[in-house]
Amino acid sequence: MIQARKRFDVWTNLSLIIFVFYILFLALPLFTMLFKSFYDGNTGELSLAYFTKFFSKPYYLNALWNSMKVTVCVTLLAALIATPLAYIMSTVKIKGSSAIQILILISSMSAPFIGAYSWILLLGRNGVITRFFKDTLGIAMPDIYGFTGILLVLTLQMVPLIFMYVSGALKNVDQSLMEAAESMGYKGFAKMRKVLLPLITPTLLAGGLLVFMRSLADFGTPMLIGEGYKTVPVLIFTEFISEVGGDDGFAAAISVIVVLFATAVFLLQKFVANRKSYTMSALNPIEAKKKKGIGNIAAHVVIYLYTLLALMPQLYVMYTSFQKTSGRIFVPGYSLDSYRQAFDNIGDVITNTFMLAITAIVIIILLAVLIAYVTVRRRNALTNTLDTFTMFPYIVPGSILGIALLVTFNDKPLILSGTAAIMVIAFVIRRLPYTIRSSAAILHQISGGIEEAAISLGASQMKTFFKITLPMMLAGVVSGAILSWVTIITELSTSIILYTGGTRTMTVAIYTEVVRGNYGVAAALSSILTAITVVSLLIFLRMTGKKEFTL
Amino acid sequence: MSVTISIQDLVKKYGDATVIPELSLEIKKGEFFTLLGPSGCGKTTLLRMIAGFNSIEGGTIKFNEKTINNVEPGKRNIGMVFQNYAIFPHLSVTGNIAFGLQNRKLAKPDIAAKVEDILKVVQIEQYKDRMPKNLSGGQQQRVALARAIVIRPDVLLMDEPLSNLDAKLRVDMRNAIKELQRDVGITTVYVTHDQEEAMAVSDRIAVMKSGVIQHLGTPQEIYQRPANLFVATFIGRTNVLEAALTSNQGTRMLRFGEGGYQEPVDGLRIPDEDENKPLLAVKVSIRPEEFVISEDGTGIQAKIVHSVFLGQMTHYFVSLESGQSVEITQESTTARPLEPNQIIHLKVKKDKINIYDARGETNYTGSGRP
Repeated sequence: MIQARKRFDVWTNLSLIIFVFYILFLALPLFTMLFKSFYDGNTGELSLAYFTKFFSKPYYLNALWNSMKVTVCVTLLAALIATPLAYIMSTVKIKGSSAIQILILISSMSAPFIGAYSWILLLGRNGVITRFFKDTLGIAMPDIYGFTGILLVLTLQMVPLIFMYVSGALKNVDQSLMEAAESMGYKGFAKMRKVLLPLITPTLLAGGLLVFMRSLADFGTPMLIGEGYKTVPVLIFTEFISEVGGDDGFAAAISVIVVLFATAVFLLQKFVANRKSYTMSALNPIEAKKKKGIGNIAAHVVIYLYTLLALMPQLYVMYTSFQKTSGRIFVPGYSLDSYRQAFDNIGDVITNTFMLAITAIVIIILLAVLIAYVTVRRRNALTNTLDTFTMFPYIVPGSILGIALLVTFNDKPLILSGTAAIMVIAFVIRRLPYTIRSSAAILHQISGGIEEAAISLGASQMKTFFKITLPMMLAGVVSGAILSWVTIITELSTSIILYTGGTRTMTVAIYTEVVRGNYGVAAALSSILTAITVVSLLIFLRMTGKKEFTL
Repeated sequence: MSVTISIQDLVKKYGDATVIPELSLEIKKGEFFTLLGPSGCGKTTLLRMIAGFNSIEGGTIKFNEKTINNVEPGKRNIGMVFQNYAIFPHLSVTGNIAFGLQNRKLAKPDIAAKVEDILKVVQIEQYKDRMPKNLSGGQQQRVALARAIVIRPDVLLMDEPLSNLDAKLRVDMRNAIKELQRDVGITTVYVTHDQEEAMAVSDRIAVMKSGVIQHLGTPQEIYQRPANLFVATFIGRTNVLEAALTSNQGTRMLRFGEGGYQEPVDGLRIPDEDENKPLLAVKVSIRPEEFVISEDGTGIQAKIVHSVFLGQMTHYFVSLESGQSVEITQESTTARPLEPNQIIHLKVKKDKINIYDARGETNYTGSGRP
């Protein structure tokens, strides 16, 4: 038995090296941040001053309250919208359903703040739809800025995630469970409430957690469309970046509060989900059936409308990227000027993005394969701790990780702030889990006996790994790596903290151009980013043969 | 309680493909009735039509006098056991069993009492608070059974309920199912592809192929007088030999090979147009145990290829002069089994064998009509 081997081997050494990497770039920064939050810069003593400050001023507490409100509302609303959509798609044969699934996937993978900025173009004070209603119909549209806008943008962004989770779960529900309920006289709503809903609850909880964490961490959306409506990530950012002497300690203290809050939610979810988990595998999965009449039409209308709504921001941004601009204003007519400008002025951001993302993805693949291997095949205290470390990015928002890295490596002995290295490290830590998850999943399916066979034939451990195990893992590794890749190039919240002139990425550039009101260039860059994302996802779909995935 | 199920000219179509063409059948009250056939023969389709999960494209299904074609599954008062049990993974054993009762607006104490009773009947009382994932296959099977019968259905429908169990448990469970059905007396329709299982549990069996019932009868009838060659080969093991029926001064002889071994046969039912033919080509189904090794050197000559000793019986695989391979079984003796290459002569137990027309569609050997 490989697992029973006691002696130290090459895998133990590799586990140790990776362990040190995590200690240095994840544990140390988080501890430094924790320390800073209690350390009074003026007196040099430990104190609770920052926390007292936070909890005594309504201004700060308000931001926390706002964040909770946004997060809870988005999570509930997304689940409420996504579940019926997934149910319709799973039970009714919709024309073009494969295409729709791909489109929904694509809409979920764009950066949320691009959605925010597009909705401003559509529904904002000067938005096309707002103007249309006002000028043509004489109807004043409700104000989109603030809570409503954040809710709209984030919900639309998160619905696809839960949609994909629930669709996956519905595929594992055996048709005979539904039939069993029917044979006992349950139908329609009662059948769903008593059987279907409990069966997908664990999945809803998992998807809900992901949505919760993402909305909690999202920085770009409230920054752009929130206006006065401050959420915690915005607060942290402004406290940290503030031009009049940002306050590291206070930003750290708020970060600690957020991480604690997120951890509490995470643990609560795990507790509830563990009690409700059951394994299902469907012999006869629920099939999408052709419906007739009004129900069929209604199902199609709902699905098509939603897909259009989900894609609208990206489509509109793409449309505006081809509009003629004069200075910063769109004027009638079409041209490629925005693209020309994008390449001329800030063409290096595209190169930057690729350089950083490619470096990060290479390291991610390397680490993920090794981590997946040691955590699946060599379970021991060390690898279990490693496994826990890899979960951290789920609960530590990107901007907080950025701050933690910055406050830690701002000083000797290791100065990394402002370098490309710190960006790469942040990307690696944050986006490793996708690749680890898919590599580990495929490794679970490969029998350990195959490796033992190779070793029994005289191959060394390394040779066995590279010649036998790795080739078999490859498909899983690559599909995970593509997800890591897509989430790296659309990443904003860490980059915005860590970037300097030389390491500006596309998302950072888009964000700053939007803030400056340079919508043409922003649109052109967004469109390029979308195109890269779509191509990457199509490769992913081609490779895995899947129409959905779980994050 | 129990009902008679009458099926008249039932048709099932998927698109243009007809899966079941005009099938008629009557299942008696309280009967344990099995639909048996190879996969794709339409047996599960028929069961699901009775349950109401498949649409009916023609004909009628009646429970007693009531046509149920357009009655929803939930209103047919059926209990169904699914192939994969369809145990609700989010409900405990008790929760699963009480599920159907809760929908019937029964008082809580009544439900509890009924669940308690049925738990005893299927012998899983000690597991009543467990979740399904903590149950073995056999225990899950019992839960599925209890859940189906606790609602006191008119009809119990079972779709290959034992196919996911291991061999030994399958035998135990089929005995349990049979016993339970006899005690409760519910009209039961059982689907399986396992002929031994069908024989063990059924009062009557319908052997199906391509949506058509090939033979309907008791297990004994089906084994001993299969209606056609398909049924003969599907049920149990058999050897099919080409032979001829000759007429010699009013006695009919069954002859194997030109001028070879022959036996007088009587009581055959031969269609009128073939009645007077001097020579009639036939196919003969001879089960391994229907061969006798002759002591006097007469009979069909055969050469032993190899033998398998299985305790009570010894199987011989022999090759006939024609080159055909044949399997025979003999009760084991204390003597050494026959050696390979040894030449033997075989006779048949003429009362047991079945003689079919050349196409294997009609059994000349007496009863056994579909």
